[in-house]
Amino acid sequence: MSSPRIQALVEQAEELYRDTRFDYVRKWKERRGGLAIGFLPIWVPRELLHAQGCLPVGVMGGGEDVEIIKGDAFYQSYICHLPRSTIELALNGSLDVLDGMLFPAICDVIRNLSGIWKLRFPERLSYYLDVPQDFDAEIGGAFLRRELEELSESLTQRGARPLDAESLRRSLAAYNANRARIQALYELRRSEPWKVPTWELYTLQRAGLVLEVEEHDALLDDYLEAVEADTSRRPLDQARVVLTGSFCEQPPLGLIKTLERAGCYIVDDDFVQVGRWFKHATPLTGDPLDNLVNAFLSDSIESPTRYEDSDFKGQELVRRVEAARAEGVLFCAPSFCDPALLDQPMAVRAIEERSVPWTAFKYSENGGQFQVIREQAGTFADSIKLFSEAGTP
Amino acid sequence: MRYSVGIDLGSTTTKAVVLDEQARVLGRGITNSRSNYKVACDVALGEALNRARFGLIDSELARGGIGPEQRRAWLADFDRHFRERQYLLQLDRLGVALDRHAREERDASVVRPLIAEVVERMRSEACKLFDAGANRKSDFFRDLAGSRYLPIAEALSDERGGRFDRIAGLFDKSILEVENAADDGDLFATLARAALASSTAPAPELRAAVERAANVSLEQASCVGTGYGRATLPFPKEWIRSEILCHGLGAHAMFPGTRTVLDIGGQDTKAIQVDAQGIVTSFQMNDRCAAGCGRYLGYIADEMNLGLHELGPLACKSRRQVKINSTCTVFAGAELRERLSLGEKREDILAGLHRAIVLRAMSLLARSGGVHSEFTFTGGVARNAAAVAALEKLILENYGELRINISPESIFTGALGAALFAHREAGKSRATDGAAAHTRA
Amino acid sequence: MSTTALKDRSQERQKLMIAEHFRRLARSAESGEKCVYTFVPGNLTELVRNFDLLPVLPEINALQSGMRGKSREYIGLAEKLGHSEDVCTYVKCDIGMMKSGNVGPTGERLPNPDLLLLSYTGCFTFLKWFELLRQEYRSPTVMLHVPYQADGQITASQRTYVVEQLKKKVIPALERVSGKKFDIDKLREQLRLSARAEDDLVWVLRSARHRPSPIDAYFGGVYYLGPIFSAFRGTQDACDYYRELREEVQERLDLGLGPVTPDGPLERERFRVVVEGPPNWTSFREFWKMFADEGAVVVASTYTKVGGTYDFGFRHDPDRPLESLAEYCLGCYTNLNLPTRVDVLCQYMDEYAADGLLVHSVKSCNSFSAGQLAMLNEVERRTGKPVGFLESDLVDPRYFSAANIKNRLESYFQMVEQKRAAAGAAAGSVGSAP
Repeated sequence: MSSPRIQALVEQAEELYRDTRFDYVRKWKERRGGLAIGFLPIWVPRELLHAQGCLPVGVMGGGEDVEIIKGDAFYQSYICHLPRSTIELALNGSLDVLDGMLFPAICDVIRNLSGIWKLRFPERLSYYLDVPQDFDAEIGGAFLRRELEELSESLTQRGARPLDAESLRRSLAAYNANRARIQALYELRRSEPWKVPTWELYTLQRAGLVLEVEEHDALLDDYLEAVEADTSRRPLDQARVVLTGSFCEQPPLGLIKTLERAGCYIVDDDFVQVGRWFKHATPLTGDPLDNLVNAFLSDSIESPTRYEDSDFKGQELVRRVEAARAEGVLFCAPSFCDPALLDQPMAVRAIEERSVPWTAFKYSENGGQFQVIREQAGTFADSIKLFSEAGTP
Repeated sequence: MRYSVGIDLGSTTTKAVVLDEQARVLGRGITNSRSNYKVACDVALGEALNRARFGLIDSELARGGIGPEQRRAWLADFDRHFRERQYLLQLDRLGVALDRHAREERDASVVRPLIAEVVERMRSEACKLFDAGANRKSDFFRDLAGSRYLPIAEALSDERGGRFDRIAGLFDKSILEVENAADDGDLFATLARAALASSTAPAPELRAAVERAANVSLEQASCVGTGYGRATLPFPKEWIRSEILCHGLGAHAMFPGTRTVLDIGGQDTKAIQVDAQGIVTSFQMNDRCAAGCGRYLGYIADEMNLGLHELGPLACKSRRQVKINSTCTVFAGAELRERLSLGEKREDILAGLHRAIVLRAMSLLARSGGVHSEFTFTGGVARNAAAVAALEKLILENYGELRINISPESIFTGALGAALFAHREAGKSRATDGAAAHTRA
Repeated sequence: MSTTALKDRSQERQKLMIAEHFRRLARSAESGEKCVYTFVPGNLTELVRNFDLLPVLPEINALQSGMRGKSREYIGLAEKLGHSEDVCTYVKCDIGMMKSGNVGPTGERLPNPDLLLLSYTGCFTFLKWFELLRQEYRSPTVMLHVPYQADGQITASQRTYVVEQLKKKVIPALERVSGKKFDIDKLREQLRLSARAEDDLVWVLRSARHRPSPIDAYFGGVYYLGPIFSAFRGTQDACDYYRELREEVQERLDLGLGPVTPDGPLERERFRVVVEGPPNWTSFREFWKMFADEGAVVVASTYTKVGGTYDFGFRHDPDRPLESLAEYCLGCYTNLNLPTRVDVLCQYMDEYAADGLLVHSVKSCNSFSAGQLAMLNEVERRTGKPVGFLESDLVDPRYFSAANIKNRLESYFQMVEQKRAAAGAAAGSVGSAP
């Protein structure tokens, strides 16, 4: 049960993220007159877009609601679902409201999707954002800075206002503030997971992919306030788990709810990472573009899309499990997701060395059956609880 | 007279279409596919040639000044007797095979007379099967005989305390043998005369016409094979054409305005684009996964304990279609059971399943270059009203209003295309458009 | 007679080169020679050999495992160890091979890597592949990140980024492993040899413009690429091999002969096609035979450009050694964006007077495969020539359905023939009009 206040806020957020016609964006453009720039998962410099007066709009595929009519014409069956629903949205006019599209360097599928965009929509801005896998300031950092300057220039050519240091500094501050709120909610969930169900937190973050950052802040504040005021939510005997692998194609909301109902408290996850990509507040003093670049180089969270330049593959997951006092790990990756699935055996090895129990399954953004996963997650949660009871003297 | 034949060896049925020297359709034949491909082809061809002779009889009668209604009545009556004779001939063979296998049984002395009696009863009630108003689900001997043998055998074994499962097993062994044995030559004349003999007072004009048609010598000028099993056809390589080409040309012959063809068969789905001459310009087939093919509906029917032909009508009753995303054949059963357990209605789930299949086909169509008017839908699934309705709706929504053709003879599309290729091979380079005008005559 | 003998000579030479290379690798424990594992696209063979290190290419080992019928077992083993059925089978084949004792294609054991040189070019999976190997071998790893040619050209920023990594990361890592100093004069000499071999390779590939084509640029082509894409670029051996190959092809041209197929010389060239995508290795000969049986010759292929797009003019340049290495890495086929890949295919269709395009889409390789259907439609739209689509995999035999592929190929070639006959008839009727 939850208070009507919470319910209303979450419904508002859910409506925003399920609107594949992007009505909010349309109205924002009428109101503000800026460019709306779409982006795919992982990381894009939203601060930079914001500083140039653009609205960054996260397009996490078409989710469960989009029926694929023409999108399959572009992809064979052994490729994940996100690109086919994304192209479906583009072909059915849903993305017409966007003035451009950013394709982050996630994997070969998204990389090539940027090419399909160039072939099919040559008149639209489509920008492949290559990020360095070398993390030295003077090598990878210099390259990223040049990339960002080029991106900024492309936006200016499309009518965005030119980048200036003061605006960028303000935008870094705006996103620092937004990130702090999300991190606070993650912290609250870690300590009292019954207060912040993951499906709600997820939904709120999805709304942040559409909303202007300040509006999103307000939504998060309202939610936090409502959660703290709600005394009806009580702790249950559930297993604390970290969910990993869902950083690109997002699972259907029903899947997240299924996991929670099956007896799991998800105390850390990989959903909608762009809002939490930097671990700390980006410094505001000095050259703001350098600060943004440096944050990417040395303050990013770990991701399978990012080269791990040390011999400690999987250690970050171990650290997250410990920080969240989690009792197990759910490897929850989209089918055919190369980065997640190739990473998994290394992560598994790392947590097995620490005797952390785990289970794994795959999903597709439009999958409608959770029965098998419900049973699997339920059994997993039960076994963890049994194990921890047995282990308690 | 010389004829060209096209044979389409499909995964479940084998079809033959016979054309005359002007590329007009003389006859069509269909039978169930079986392990002996040559026999399947021969049976389909024999059936098509029989139908060709029926056409000759009709022409003879017309030439003799008999009116269309009279002709139709006489031919329908003659046809029923002809089919009954065919059935009885096969039944004789089945009886022999059954008896041979029964002899090997331990208690042959019990089993043999029992089986003999089953066959005798089947023989005595054969005329009922071919009554004027009789409703036969299938004309394939395997199905017809099976539909009688099993209930009669079950009743008799109950009476006599025999072992029904063993008696049923004997049928399975014997029918395979009968099915895979070759016919000895053209049996039309023999069967036709027997059919006339068993009719009550056939008209002398009909007798004469049948005699003349039976005496026409039919000589094969050329033959082309196609279909899923074409690699195993007992034909030389130059007689074989891809089913894509044959479907394209066949659809063009049936509906000359065809530009896009969709064929949903048991094992695969094909989206084909053809030009104004019926030449294939591009095509796409489903990948190795059978999701979204006719077979998927077969699983659903089994799972629901329904006949395949009952699915469409039931789905059409749906008022509130359930959204189904997976067309995975492997998961179909699980998804179905979950939906049912959630309290969804059977017809609503079925409507969702039909839409899911059609969505797969839409993807393939998009891949092959979209849908262009006229659009011709062929294959077994084209006979399913729910699938057709879902397809029409999606095409309207995504490609606008355009002409959609579905022929009642659509199962013969591939064989017709093959026959037209055979006709060309025979050196009779008459335009295929000539055939189009006549195929539906 | 003489052509057979000549053909055997270049093949024989290649075989000896490879055998000798694997022998050195197998004896490295005694000889003290060190090895560097790296990838085919963007491979820095000259640089590796500059330090007298021996290159090992796991992709080539994986495809060899496929051809030798070992991949099913290796992949099965990797999946048993927790690798997903969904992911690249080269990776799983390699891991399975390693777990089975790391016995290479010549039957001798491969040494563990002294360095993993992660040339991250045109394929995301490379990154994961070497992270996985690093976890197994605990060997030093150096990353060379080659950015994607997203806008269809190499930018100054990209070149600088790669050169900087070469100078500050890759070369120091090679120096550490080998204990030798980088010798730029030696590199210049190596690059001179590279360019010489590249000239001859391009000449051989271009010979397919003749009718009949003396070579098959896909099934035959993969053999021709062996030396230059693997361990031998920048060596005198490679130069000798390509010179010899060129002479053999010249002789076939002079005699008007077609390519040699698994069933002997192709008698009649009925179809000329361009192929996009890597071959299947587990049924390589069977796949090839399906083409040969139809009289189809592949006159140009993109797979033979994964180790460098030399036919568009790139040559290693002794005067700009590091810059040209950077450009080489940036220019590999799978590092080109989709519009450029479409341009390449259209140009091949035209330049090699092809009847059509066939895409062989492999499940494993998203870098190649994701978007191939869009490319296919675009090429069809631009050239008006028939296109066809085949699906299987690199080294997982479970994904090669011979009947299905044969069905599609037959349908495709019959379609090409029918269209050709119709075009011929139309042209004929125009010609004969009074």
